[in-house]
This record gives sequence, structure tokens and C-alpha cells, in this order.
Amino acid sequence: MTSAIDTQGLTKRYGRRSALSGCTLSIPAGKVVGLVGPNGAGKTTLLHLAVGLLEPSAGRIEVLGHRPAESSEQLARVGFVAQNTPLYASMTVGDHLRLGGWVNPTWDEDLALERVEHLGLDVSQKAGTLSGGQRAQLALTLAVAKRPELLVLDEPVASLDPLARREFLQSLMSIVAEHGVSVILSSHLVSDLERVCDYLVVLVASRVLVAGEIEELLASHHRLTGPRRDGLHLPPDWEIIEETVTERQCALLVRHESPVHDPAWTVEQLDLEDLVLAYMGREATDGHKQGRTLVGAHS
Amino acid sequence: MIELHLEARSGLPPYQQIVRQVQRALRLGVLQVGDQLPTVKEVVERLAINPNTVLKAYKELEHSGLVSPRPGIGTFVTATLSDGSFASHGPLRQDLLRWLAKARRAGLDDESIEALFQDSFRASADQGVA
Repeated sequence: MTSAIDTQGLTKRYGRRSALSGCTLSIPAGKVVGLVGPNGAGKTTLLHLAVGLLEPSAGRIEVLGHRPAESSEQLARVGFVAQNTPLYASMTVGDHLRLGGWVNPTWDEDLALERVEHLGLDVSQKAGTLSGGQRAQLALTLAVAKRPELLVLDEPVASLDPLARREFLQSLMSIVAEHGVSVILSSHLVSDLERVCDYLVVLVASRVLVAGEIEELLASHHRLTGPRRDGLHLPPDWEIIEETVTERQCALLVRHESPVHDPAWTVEQLDLEDLVLAYMGREATDGHKQGRTLVGAHS
Repeated sequence: MIELHLEARSGLPPYQQIVRQVQRALRLGVLQVGDQLPTVKEVVERLAINPNTVLKAYKELEHSGLVSPRPGIGTFVTATLSDGSFASHGPLRQDLLRWLAKARRAGLDDESIEALFQDSFRASADQGVA
């Protein structure tokens, strides 16, 4: 099966500053991918490279097996909703749909109208007067009605209230269920991502720190607590993501392949938020100095 | 038709929560043979969760012989969990109550009892797998 997104050493520099460095990813098609990381980590840069709004400085990226924006066919295969869901404030909902029809060769008029009706939007209303939730839903409708194979959404729910956010994600998931479209979306709301995504990419300070199926990530990361012991030998396949040692106790957050046999450890499950925070914290303390990434394990 | 839901703090992966809820409904007789489960799209739309999560849960239920999909229509209950083991619940409960009394006499408090039970449960489950 073709990957949704495939990158090799993908790098984007602005002068001396790297917005994205050596990003290597292989995301299978059919996934809903969550992209998390602090502000300025390079999430938008990665998404803009994927839709062809930016050209890489080095490395390569393929989206659905092709270079982004290499042809009009390729453009039609990817739907994109930029941050803050830009619409034309003085144009009506209906105008937006007509515009969508003119510029997209694969436009699905019925789908667009059906969604607008389902959402209870008035086609004669100006986009500038819509609520945040309605704007986001209209932008999603425009992206979906071109019947893309991949939807790229940059922080689609960041500015929405909890109810509008839930409604947006409900719409998105029912679109995925109905049309089998792949999705990549960035967000700070890890609890949302845990519900809707099955694949996670953690991007911090322009680097991919970890990427993989969420279920596998949760199964291979645990918090271990035990008495502090000198000369502690850990299995070679264990990777310490976070370490807290007090006089008596030692707490580790590890990534491991082999099961934990040593009965001295109390093993705790993590939720996705713990996992994401641990990776972000790790980068803040040692990542810059060592320039380490943990991507190898998934590929 | 049953309503599925997700608990944010259950610690169980969402697909397992769905599996457990269906199993529970089967055990309690809320779902019976021939009943239809909510469609994947209905669950996804209500809970705002990934469709693969629901599909995975339904696959697992199918594997354990509890439900079967009818293409283009939906997923239907083919077996129930409410019979069979009911008869042995009483004696097992008696054993457990006797054991609990013994544990309290030995000076264990509720938390120690729970910890011991969880630990033994895990150990026996691990043996079962090995």
C-alpha cells in the first residue's frame, strides 16, 4: 500500500534557522495521524511541505506516492485546511461552494450541499458572520467536497469552544468512516488526539522525536518505579525517556520491547498525554546537546 | 440497541472499553441473540472516535464468536454470555467471602486485600498466557 506521507531527511531552513531538520517518516495510508509539539516546533512547516506550499531545503517528501503539488491531479488528491480556517468574509456560504466547484475538478456538489444542510448553515449567510465552529465546519466541507484521499488540517480545533470542537471531530470521524480518507491534523489537545487518531507524531524543536501507531506506543512505554539500587543494569533494548531519582526511589519512563520481568519494578500504564509530555520534557533537558532522535525504532 | 460510551479515566484502550461494554450487555441480558449493534458510523458520529477503534472492537467480538457482521446491514449478536456460568457464581462467591474473612482475620486491610487480589490475578493471568 502507498504511504500517505513518506519523508526522508526532510529539512526546511530559513537562513540559518531550521524549521524542520532531518525528518524521516513513513505514515501508512488510511490512518488518522495526530501531529503534536510545542509552538514553533515545525508542525505547520511539515504540513505546508506536505501540501506543496513550501519546497524542502533538503531531503524529500512524497504524499500518496507523489511529490506534493507536482500536478493538478496531485493537488486534487489532497485537501487542506490552514490554521484559523481562512474564508472570504464578504462571500456567502453559497459563494464558497460555487467557488469550490469552479476550482476543483473533482468537486462533489451533492456532498457539499448535504453537509451544509446537515450543519444547518444558511447558504445566503456571509462567511464573516459565522461562528468559529461554523467557519471550521464550512472550511472542512470545502476540503472534503473535493473528495481528497488525504486531508491535511492545521490546528483545526484550536480556537473552538468544547462543544464546537466535539462537533467538528464528530464530523471529521464520520467523514473518515464514510469515505476512508487519510487524515493528518496538528493539535495541542492530546486528549482529543487520543480519541480520534491511530497514529502519532511528536515534533519538538524541528525534529521528530517519536512516531508510530498509538496503540504500539502505549504498549511499549511504561512508568517504572522501584527502590533505588546502585549498579542498576537495564536490558539493552530499554530506552529511558525520563528519569527521576531520589534518595530511596527511582522512577523511569522507558520505551522497551521486551516485557518487564524484574519484580522490583512497579509497572504503570501511561496515557498519551504522559507520553507526549515525557518526550517534550526530554528534548528540553538533553535533546539539543545530544541531538538524539528516537525515530529509528519505528521504521 | 445499546448506547456505547467512553470513559476518559478508565485506563483501558477505547476499543477494549467497547468490547467490555458489549460483553457486559450480553452478560446482563441487555443484548440478546439477533440484536443489532450500533453501526460503526453511528458510534463514530456519537463518540467522535476513530472508526478503526470501533472496527477493532467489533472484530474482537466477532473472533470470540459473540457477533457476526452481515455485509451492508450491520453487526448482529450471535451468542450470549448470560447463561452457563450463572450456576457457578453462587459457590464461587461463597469461597471468595470465606477467603476475605480469613484475610481480615490475618490483619489485612481493604487496600492490602485489593493489592493482593490484583497481584494474584495478574500472576494467574500471566500463567494462563504462557
